Amino acid sequence: MSRPRRPLPRTILALAGAAAWLVGLAAISGQASAEGADKPTLTVYTYDSFSAEWGPGPQLKTQFEASCDCTLDFVGLDDGVAILNRLKLEGPSTRADVALGLTSDLIPEAKTTGLFTDSGVDTAELTVPAGFSDPVFVPYDYSYLAFVYDTETVKTPPKSLADLIAGDPDQKIVIEDPRTSTPGLGFLLWMKAVYGDDAAAKWRELEPRILTVTPGWSEAYGLFTKGEVPIVLSYTTSPAYHEIEEKTDRYQAAAFDEGHYLQIEIAGILKGSEHRGLAQRFLAFLVSKEAQQILPTTNWALPVRGDIDLPEAFSHLVTVDKPLLIDPETVAKNRRAWTDEWLQAVGAR
Amino acid sequence: MNTRTDRRIRVATGIAAALLALGFLLGGFVVLLAVSPQAPDFAALFSDAYIRAIVGFTLLQAGLSTLLSVLLAIPFAVALHRARFPGKRLILRLFLLPQALPVLVGALAVITIWGQSGVVSQGLTALGLPRLDVYGLSGILIAHVFFNMPLAARLFVAALDRVPTESWKLAGQLALPPLGVFRLVEWPALRPALPGAAALIFMLCVTSFTIVLVLGGGPAATTLEVAVYQALRFDFDPSRAIGLSLIQIVLTALVLIATLILGRDPAGGFGLGAKARRFDAASRVRDMSDALIVTLGTLFVASPFAAVVVSGLAADLPRLLTETAVIDAALTSLAVALAAASLSVVVSTLVLLAIEALAQGRRPGRLSRVTRRSLETATSLVLVVSPVIVGAGWFLALRQVTDVLAAGPYVVVATNAVMAMPFIVRIVAPALRQANAETGRLAESLGLTGLARLALLDLPAMRRPLALAFAFAAALSFGDLGAIALYGSNDFVTLPYLLLQRMGSYRTADAAGLALLLGLIAIALMAVVEGGLAGRRRRPT
Repeated sequence: MSRPRRPLPRTILALAGAAAWLVGLAAISGQASAEGADKPTLTVYTYDSFSAEWGPGPQLKTQFEASCDCTLDFVGLDDGVAILNRLKLEGPSTRADVALGLTSDLIPEAKTTGLFTDSGVDTAELTVPAGFSDPVFVPYDYSYLAFVYDTETVKTPPKSLADLIAGDPDQKIVIEDPRTSTPGLGFLLWMKAVYGDDAAAKWRELEPRILTVTPGWSEAYGLFTKGEVPIVLSYTTSPAYHEIEEKTDRYQAAAFDEGHYLQIEIAGILKGSEHRGLAQRFLAFLVSKEAQQILPTTNWALPVRGDIDLPEAFSHLVTVDKPLLIDPETVAKNRRAWTDEWLQAVGAR
Repeated sequence: MNTRTDRRIRVATGIAAALLALGFLLGGFVVLLAVSPQAPDFAALFSDAYIRAIVGFTLLQAGLSTLLSVLLAIPFAVALHRARFPGKRLILRLFLLPQALPVLVGALAVITIWGQSGVVSQGLTALGLPRLDVYGLSGILIAHVFFNMPLAARLFVAALDRVPTESWKLAGQLALPPLGVFRLVEWPALRPALPGAAALIFMLCVTSFTIVLVLGGGPAATTLEVAVYQALRFDFDPSRAIGLSLIQIVLTALVLIATLILGRDPAGGFGLGAKARRFDAASRVRDMSDALIVTLGTLFVASPFAAVVVSGLAADLPRLLTETAVIDAALTSLAVALAAASLSVVVSTLVLLAIEALAQGRRPGRLSRVTRRSLETATSLVLVVSPVIVGAGWFLALRQVTDVLAAGPYVVVATNAVMAMPFIVRIVAPALRQANAETGRLAESLGLTGLARLALLDLPAMRRPLALAFAFAAALSFGDLGAIALYGSNDFVTLPYLLLQRMGSYRTADAAGLALLLGLIAIALMAVVEGGLAGRRRRPT
C-alpha cells in the first residue's frame, strides 16, 4: 500500500464544494414560489415551444396582462400529449386553469377525463377548415401536414401521395413514428383518409423509400436540415420559417392532389379552475385579431380568422383545397388497430 | 470499537444507502401502480407476438452491442496502455465525453460520419463506390459502440493501471513477446473487469431508445423502452408500462446474474504498490500496430465530435454565449451535475464499503454472501429502470405533499445520482478490493477501525478511482434528459433541455452551437474534477 498522504483534506474540500452546489440548487428551486400573490394568477399548461422566448407566449403575456389585472403563467411541457398526461396525473386538483396545445385528435380522450368544462367562447366567426366546432374546445390555429423537400436535391417534387409512394426508392424520405409522435400519427391518418382499406398495401409500397422512422419531429427535421435525407414529413408552414428567419427558399413543401391532413390546435378550460371568468377572457383574447396576428410568425401555424395580415412569405405557401380530417371519435376507436396494421405493413411483425 | 463492530456498522450503513437508492426507484413504481386501475397482465403481454418480437430484438441488439464494444475495447486499451506518446491523457479524457453528450446529439453526429450523406459515404462515392447504408442493426451497433466502447476502454485501462510494477518488470526481464505479456499479465488483469464492463454496457443498450429508432430504419427495430414510453406517454396506460418495465428489469437481472456467476473474480493482483511503469522489450512491429490501433480507435470516437465542433462553429456563438437563457441553463446543468455526482459518490461509497466488509469477513457465511450479491446486483439494476416511470411515480407522490415544480430539481438530481451509481461502483470497487486484499489484515491486526480506517486505508485507495467516478457521474448527469421532461417548467431548464427545445422549433443552428458549448463545458468540468480530485498524477518514473 502507498503511504497515507496529505491530499485527503483536499478530497473532503472538493466534496464540500460540491455540496455547496446543492444549496445553490435549493435557491434555484425556491425562486419559483417567491412571486406576488395579490393579483390572480391564470395558469396555462402549454407546450414548450409555445412558451419559449421566441414562441407566442411572451408577447401574448404582455398583451393580455395589460388589460386583465392578472398574472399569466405559462407552464411549458413537451407537447399536446404530455399536457393531457400531466392533467391525467394531476386529476381534478390540477393547478392549471387552461390547457392550450392539444390537437383535435385528442378531444375524445380529453373529454373522457371529465376535467374540462364548456368554454362559453363564441367561435362562430372563426374560419377553421373542415367546419370544426366544439362546445368545450376553442380552436386557435391549425396547420397542414406536408412533405418538405430540399430544392437542391429534389428537382421533381412529388405532386401527390401516389407520386410519393411510386417515387424513386433511392431518394429517401424520413417520417415520424405514429407510436410516439403527433405528426407521425397524422401521416398514418392521412394515408388512411386517402386509401382506406388499401392503406396497408400502400404502406408496403412506400416502405423502401423510408430511410428511417424517428421518435419525434425534431429528429426527423434534424436529419433533413443536415442533408442526410432530402424529404421530410413536416408542415406546409415550414418553408415560411426558413424564408422569414433564415432568408432562404431552399426548403419547399410539396402540394399533394389528394389533399393534406389537417391538424387543429385547441385550448380548453379546466372544470376545477378558480378563475373561470378570467380563463374565458383569455380564450376569447386568444382568438382575437390582436392575438391571432402574433401566432403565424411565432407558432408557425395558420390563424383561425380571415382578417389577419399574413407576412409575404405565407403567400408562397402551399394552399390546401382539400383538407383531410378523420373525425376524432373514429380515430380514438381505431388508433390501436391502425397502428398495428402499420406495424405489420412496414415489417415489424 | 473492535473490528467486528466496525464491520457491522459498515454493512448496516451500506445496506441503508442501497435501500435508500432502491426505495427511490421502487417508490416511483409503487405509487404509479397504486393509481393504475388494474395490475399488469403479464400473461397477455407474453402472448403478444409484438411484445415477444421486441423482447427478442432488445436482447439481440444489446447483446451484439456489448460484445462489439468489449471486444474492440480490449485491443484498444492494451495498445493505449502500452504505447508512450504525448496526448494520452487527452485521449482518455475524450473517451469520457460520449457519456456527456445528449443521445440525440450523439446520434446525429454519428450520422454525419456514417450516414448515407455522411463523410464516409462521400469518400466512397468520390472513389466511385456505393454509399453506405447503415440504417438498421448496423447503424444501431455503430452508434452503441461509439457511446460504449470508450467506456469499456476506460475501465480496462484502469484495470491495467492496477497491475503491480513487479509484473511488468518480470515480463520485461523474461523478454516476453507481446502475446506472452497479454496472456500472463494483461489478460489476468483485464479478466476481472470484463463482466462488470459488459454488464454495464448491456444495461445501457437494453434501455436504448432514441438511437434505436433514429438509426433502426423502421419499426422492425423497436426496444422494450420504446414500448414503455409509448404505453406511458402516448397511450397513458400505466399498468402496461409497468408490466413492460418489469419484464425489462427481470430479463436484465437474469443476464446480470449470469455474468456475476460466469465472471467470478479470480484472486486480485498483489504487489507492493508501485504503479504502472512498463518494461516491454522494444519491437518495431508492435509499436506500429499499437499506433495503428490507437489511431483508428481514437479517430472512430473523435470523428463524431469533430462533426459537433464543425456544425457548432457555424452557429452564432457570441449571441448564444450572451443569452441569459443559455447562461442560466448552463449554470443549472452544472449545479445539477455536481450535486448528483456528489450524492451518487457518497451513496455508492457507503454501499461499496459494505460490500468489501462482507467480503472480508473471516468466514463469509451464506447470508453475507447473498447480501453481498444482492447489493452488487441492486446497484447495477437501477440502469434498466425506466426514468419515465420513476419520474411519473414521484410526480404523483410529491404532489400530495408539496409543489411539484419546486421539487422538480431534487427529483432530477436524485434520479441522476441513482443512475450514476453503477458506473461509480464499477470504477471504484476493484481498487478498494485490491487495497483490502493488500492491507486489510494488517489494518485489522492493528485494530484500525471507524473513521481512522476510512481516512488511512479506504479513501487513499479510492481517491483516484473516485475522482474518475465523480467525473463520469457529473458528465452523465450533465447530458441527461430522461428525468427532467416531466418536471419541465420555465424556471428549471438545463442545457440539454434547452438544446432540444431549440431543435424542436426549427432552431437547428442554435442547437448545434449549444451542443458544442455543452461538450466544451463537460470536458472542462471533467478535467477540473478528475484533475483536482485525483491530485497530481505521479510522474511515470
